Amino acid sequence: MSWAQHGQSETRWGLVQHRRSGDSTEGHVFPWFGLDIGGTLVKLVYFEPKDITAEEEEEEVENLKSIRKYLTSNVAYGSTGIRDVHLELKDLTLCGRKGNLHFIRFPTHDMPAFIQMGSEKHFSSLHTTLCATGGGAYKFEQDFLTMGDLELCKLDELDCLVKGVLYIDSVGFNGHSECYYFENPTDPERCQKLPFNLENPYPLLLVNIGSGVSILAAYSKDNYKRVTGTSLGGGTFFGLCCLLTGCSTFEEALEMASHGDSTKVDKLVRDIYGGDYERFGLPGWAVASSFGNMMSKEKRESVSKEDLARATLITITNNIGSIARMCALNENINRVVFVGNFLRINTISMRLLAYALDYWSKGQLKALFLEHEGYFGAVGALLGLLDSA
Amino acid sequence: PTAVCLRNIITLSGSLTKLAYYSTVQHKVARVRSFDHSGKDIDNEPLYEISVQEEITARLHFIKFENTYIETCLDFIKDHLVNTETKVIKATGGGAYKFKDLIEKKLGLKVDKEDVMTCLIKGCNFVLRNIPHEVFAYQKDSDTEFRFQTNHPNIFPYLLVNIGSGVSIVKVESEDKFEWIGGSSIGGGTFWGLGALLTKTKKFDELLQLASKGQHTNVDMLVKDVYGGAYQTLGLSGNLIASSFGKSTTADKEFSKEDMAKSLLHMISNDIGQLACLHAKLHNLDKIYFGGFFIRGHPVTMRTITYSINFFSKGEVQALFLRHEGYLGAIGAFLKGAEQDNPNQYSWGENYAGSSGLMSTSPDVYPMQRTRSGTFDMLEMDRLERPLVNLPLLKDPSTYIPDTVDLTDDAMARKYWLTCFEEALDGVAKRAAASQPDSVDAQERAEKFRQKYWNKLQTLRQQPFAYGTLTVRSLLDTREHCLNEFNFPDPYSKVKQKENGIALKCFQSVIESLDSLGWEERQFALVKGLLAGNVFDWGAKAVSDQWLERLKGPPHKCALIFADNSGIDIILGVFPFVRELLSRGTEVILACNSGPALNDVTYSESLIVTERIAAMDPVIHSALRDEKLLLVQTGSSSPCLDLSRLDQGLAVLVRERQTDLVVIEGMGRAIHTNYYAVLRCESLKLAVIKNSWLADRLGGKIFSVIFKYEVPCK
Repeated sequence: MSWAQHGQSETRWGLVQHRRSGDSTEGHVFPWFGLDIGGTLVKLVYFEPKDITAEEEEEEVENLKSIRKYLTSNVAYGSTGIRDVHLELKDLTLCGRKGNLHFIRFPTHDMPAFIQMGSEKHFSSLHTTLCATGGGAYKFEQDFLTMGDLELCKLDELDCLVKGVLYIDSVGFNGHSECYYFENPTDPERCQKLPFNLENPYPLLLVNIGSGVSILAAYSKDNYKRVTGTSLGGGTFFGLCCLLTGCSTFEEALEMASHGDSTKVDKLVRDIYGGDYERFGLPGWAVASSFGNMMSKEKRESVSKEDLARATLITITNNIGSIARMCALNENINRVVFVGNFLRINTISMRLLAYALDYWSKGQLKALFLEHEGYFGAVGALLGLLDSA
Repeated sequence: PTAVCLRNIITLSGSLTKLAYYSTVQHKVARVRSFDHSGKDIDNEPLYEISVQEEITARLHFIKFENTYIETCLDFIKDHLVNTETKVIKATGGGAYKFKDLIEKKLGLKVDKEDVMTCLIKGCNFVLRNIPHEVFAYQKDSDTEFRFQTNHPNIFPYLLVNIGSGVSIVKVESEDKFEWIGGSSIGGGTFWGLGALLTKTKKFDELLQLASKGQHTNVDMLVKDVYGGAYQTLGLSGNLIASSFGKSTTADKEFSKEDMAKSLLHMISNDIGQLACLHAKLHNLDKIYFGGFFIRGHPVTMRTITYSINFFSKGEVQALFLRHEGYLGAIGAFLKGAEQDNPNQYSWGENYAGSSGLMSTSPDVYPMQRTRSGTFDMLEMDRLERPLVNLPLLKDPSTYIPDTVDLTDDAMARKYWLTCFEEALDGVAKRAAASQPDSVDAQERAEKFRQKYWNKLQTLRQQPFAYGTLTVRSLLDTREHCLNEFNFPDPYSKVKQKENGIALKCFQSVIESLDSLGWEERQFALVKGLLAGNVFDWGAKAVSDQWLERLKGPPHKCALIFADNSGIDIILGVFPFVRELLSRGTEVILACNSGPALNDVTYSESLIVTERIAAMDPVIHSALRDEKLLLVQTGSSSPCLDLSRLDQGLAVLVRERQTDLVVIEGMGRAIHTNYYAVLRCESLKLAVIKNSWLADRLGGKIFSVIFKYEVPCK
């Protein structure tokens, strides 16, 4: 179940060696981790140096090596840890070192097991600093200290997020663009994903959709603020889906949603007015009342779980789009970048956000997306580690 | 009212039907008419003739009832449609579609559908303009849950957030200009629909009940669940919801219906509040009214919406609610249909006797409902003869509150006054019966009046907020409305007639004795006279010094005097004072009530009295002739005085004559109301406190004198 139990190379991780692991890393001791502990998911980025000299290899302590091997030779850790191999950034130069950046996630409720593992493997002996951001950096700080003998370096969530976004966008995605948008979002036939150049990113509205949603406005590299947030986020979609459909994973919920029809669940403008509501310029297809049809007993009995999952997804997504649009108007910003793990494998929501922003702003607002969706906080934490020396 | 004639009918439906109709109501009014006294011995004749006449006034009725009564309702309409030329019935809302055929078949009328939002906004403008204390803020942890707001003279612009199955956010800029600026699909229908799925509870009210018992923290992921505590750097409290339903992300755990309903309620309320604030900010608006079935009379949702607005606006915007929110659509549809009657050019007043008040559940007896015991609710608005406006001399009309003591806020005071009115009720009913000795059913009607007012008082004990802020004024006005309802238009008419006659006989000797006094003594005596000739210890000398000093200065340009009682008060108190002012070169506007209330002098009585005095007194005579003394009506029929609702003619005159002194006399006008009113010119407030409790409250003794001479700050 947990990381520790399924750790592949458990027996090899026992040595305690109070030794620095190489001086050629410009003062940054390997391993290089960045941790973002969210409400639902922990995001971990790991930099795997590929330029290790024979000499270094010789000097590398045993448990550091085993960590590297363990992380890089597996794609799944325990039953819940997953490495997003498709996101791996290859041949990256970071602080003078060449290597690959790995992206790993696991549920926050497995955090105690993760700390336990760190403790059993004497992670603290590596004398590295573990930089962490996200609410869990505060929540689990004491556990890291008492169980793992590890002092966390807590980093500000907004700093990390913004830093991470800018950094990953600047290095690109293995030669491709990190940032993309949907062209012709209102036309399903012609809608296509296209790269977007985010070279001059400011001003920018950054909408981070995790369990909840945080909305930041960035005006320059050092000038950004949290504008608002909403509790209707990825956690709400998943939580409601669990209650409504009995599903147990986010993937399952999304899969169901992809097969459902939300118009059976939602009351549309045309259901009320027979067509468009012209007095207010509302199109007939617009949702007038999310779950509005479910007020009727007969309709409650005729919808499928898939329909309900789809309606939940549409409701949450539209609402985020609507709040983001209002924030963009209030802040006078016309580019909105959506990030966060809610968007992982969630093309429905991304296309809907692109559509909604375009439609309701009459083409004034542009929705942008980033390939590394939920990992920017963790990347920012890793950058924080390298900055800290 | 003795006869009802329907002129126009509207139905509007959700699960409730609202019926609005316009009726002309025939009721009795007391009229006074001067006799022709030429060549008669006037000493033994009454001063003037009193007659009770039938008067026809216009009234708007709004009734709300469950859809199950639609047929009863239609029968009622049919029975009363005899004398009407109406061929079309206006309808709006979902029911307009649903009941179209039924209505057309039953009544033989064509159903004309009206746009929902247009109706809603028309209705909203109407109540904001015509009903004092229409607007309230909701406070959860306070004695007074409902905090009524002063009507701002300019109601625009405002944001109306209508939470029906979805949410519509409308910016209203003027009577005819409004714009849909946004909306959300997460609304009442989401609460209801999603709530029904999650809890298997079918009814909206039951869902709200579940929600009020639940603990959302079992279902929601809070900031402290993520952070272990508060998120200090962003100033987010640990108890904030980080992710709605964030704890239900598991298939293994059961969650209670109550907890899920509560979480859902918070999720939806917060979301609506947030969007409303974002829109308010974008359009730079600070007045947000909430309505729709999600809000309608539900403390639970008013509380969560208020919380949300407060949170997202950081306290800068207040969530406001409307007492007659449920009627807005019906009122608006009605107004649209009644445009030929120009309802907007009149002022209207809420009839307390015919309205059931906020959240009333008492099944009032009404013709169509007598045989059925459904819960329903109604509102009646009387069309006033003339438009009402602010007194132009009010320093700040937007903060003016007529009433001195807010009985909604003050439980002790409320208890005292409700008991007072209860104890006085038998006497009032007796006097009413006695005022119509020739009427066979006077006793019976007096008893009905007694019952009705008694029930109102009991309702107010339970729900002090039922008609807006509870005040001595509203208690008095309600009593007057109830008396009128049972055709006791003026129980004091004969008493007033007699007292006016007696006082007139003394007028000349009083004037002579006043004229014989030295200047300073006379000024004292005049003020004493204004205090209705009550015996009192003139202990307020210090206060009056300032007034005396002022009188030594240049005369006022024009004085506006609000008169109080008939008889000695007006004739021997006010008129000598008026005479003195006129002699000083000050013009005088004498304002009396348009309709009767207690023994207060009415405008028509004042005309006769003045005519008689003018015949005796050359000063008054020439002043009348030269239009230096002007008689006007207040537009009110209340024993108290609301300076924000005065006859337009009065306001015009006050402005034209550059009024620089306002004199308000009597308990009702100067103490129960306007004690704290701030004017832009000099004012005199005079009264004798004839109530020991109130005297105590104001820090004096019974029968002590209030003499407030106020000069505006420069």
